[in-house]
Amino acid sequence: MEKTYYNPADLAKFGNIAEFSPDLAKKFFDYYGDVFKEGELSEREKSLIALAVAHAIQCPYCIDAYTTDGLEKGASEGQMMEAIHVAAAIRGGASLVHGVQMMNKVKEITM
Amino acid sequence: MKSLKRQEHKFSDSFIQLEVLQAPRPGGENFHRFEDKLDTIGLFPLRPTQLEIFQVNVGKMCNQTCKHCHVDAGPDRKEIMTPETMQQCLDALDGADAAGYPVKTIDLTGGAPEMNPDFRWFVQELHKRGKHVMVRCNLTIILANPKYHDLPQFFKAHGVEVVSSLPHFSARRTDAQRGDGVFEKSIKALQMLNAVGYGQEGSGLQLHLVYNPSGAFLPGSQVSLEKEFKQQLKRQYNIDFNSLFVITNLPISRFLDYLVQSGNYEGYMEKLVNSFNPAAAANVMCRNTISVGWDGQLYDCDFNQMLDLTVAGAPSHIKDFSVEQLSQREIVLNQHCYGCTAGAGSSCGGQTA
Repeated sequence: MEKTYYNPADLAKFGNIAEFSPDLAKKFFDYYGDVFKEGELSEREKSLIALAVAHAIQCPYCIDAYTTDGLEKGASEGQMMEAIHVAAAIRGGASLVHGVQMMNKVKEITM
Repeated sequence: MKSLKRQEHKFSDSFIQLEVLQAPRPGGENFHRFEDKLDTIGLFPLRPTQLEIFQVNVGKMCNQTCKHCHVDAGPDRKEIMTPETMQQCLDALDGADAAGYPVKTIDLTGGAPEMNPDFRWFVQELHKRGKHVMVRCNLTIILANPKYHDLPQFFKAHGVEVVSSLPHFSARRTDAQRGDGVFEKSIKALQMLNAVGYGQEGSGLQLHLVYNPSGAFLPGSQVSLEKEFKQQLKRQYNIDFNSLFVITNLPISRFLDYLVQSGNYEGYMEKLVNSFNPAAAANVMCRNTISVGWDGQLYDCDFNQMLDLTVAGAPSHIKDFSVEQLSQREIVLNQHCYGCTAGAGSSCGGQTA
């Protein structure tokens, strides 16, 4: 194993996952390619969603890839940071909304 | 900010730039030679197609000192084209017309071309000859001095197609590349151009913007970026324009300096080389363009001009201009040429593939 879990050079080797399972890798990369094509959402909007998700799942490969991709697609710094705040709001909100469960339980077992 | 030349920076020497571009990588290997790459797709030696664009760099003097400038232009650059050399350009164009090789489009660039004191005379002479004149206007020049405030009217009177850099619709990204306050002035200048009819439907007055990345990354799709620029500039500033030309930064001069200083050189070159696109290679602008330097020297493109790579196999000064001989030449190539063949391609008119 490497001395660290993450090596930036591994990002460019993503395609190598086909080595151990070519059929599934092909299906995945075909699907991946289609997902990011311009549809009802523009390529730039999809890139910003990917950037937000990358931060929610805290994937350094994805952050590296979709920061560059966002710049290439013309996203501004402001747009990219707003996307990350969306991820942060959902993550924070997801914790906080469970506060209702806590409150329900408190009310159930207290006088 | 001073030009590299004024700083006596090593990259003000084109020979040193070429050495960097051709040097082995840290691991000892070289990037695939551009000539060999063209050879693999049957395009070497690279020959011209038909001469359509006569690009004249009327001088390196500029009111701005952009961080990525491949000309190393700025207020401290004094090299500008003399009226005698401009006359030689006009004579060359007249000669080409007479010989049955008319060149319709004249693309004026700089520096800020408008700062050349004989700029307006030159445009008038070209207009008189029925030439289609494009001016690469940096926008801020229009506001730089009262004597330039009427440029929009001057352009309009001579049917000039205006091509202007605006690297982003955010002030931060534009100013980072072109200097503090440039975005705000550019917006005002665009509004002045719109006010006389530029970029307005039905006016016939063409206004194009140029996007190039403010950093070590490639540009995205021209179609998508144009859509985004149009929406944002209309919504935020009520600005209209015709097309967005998406251009890749070539690794020369100040942009090369930025790449080396920021540690991005290797990664950027690797990206350019790995993104080589044969379709873009077939459509490179040097095949239909000739570039004239401020001193009358002839080059295959504005980038070769800045690297002092004059045309080969044909007379290399405007006084001896011959379309026939130029059409037989071999285009001079080097590693910077990967910038025009990466991804969707790049030229002074935008993406090519």
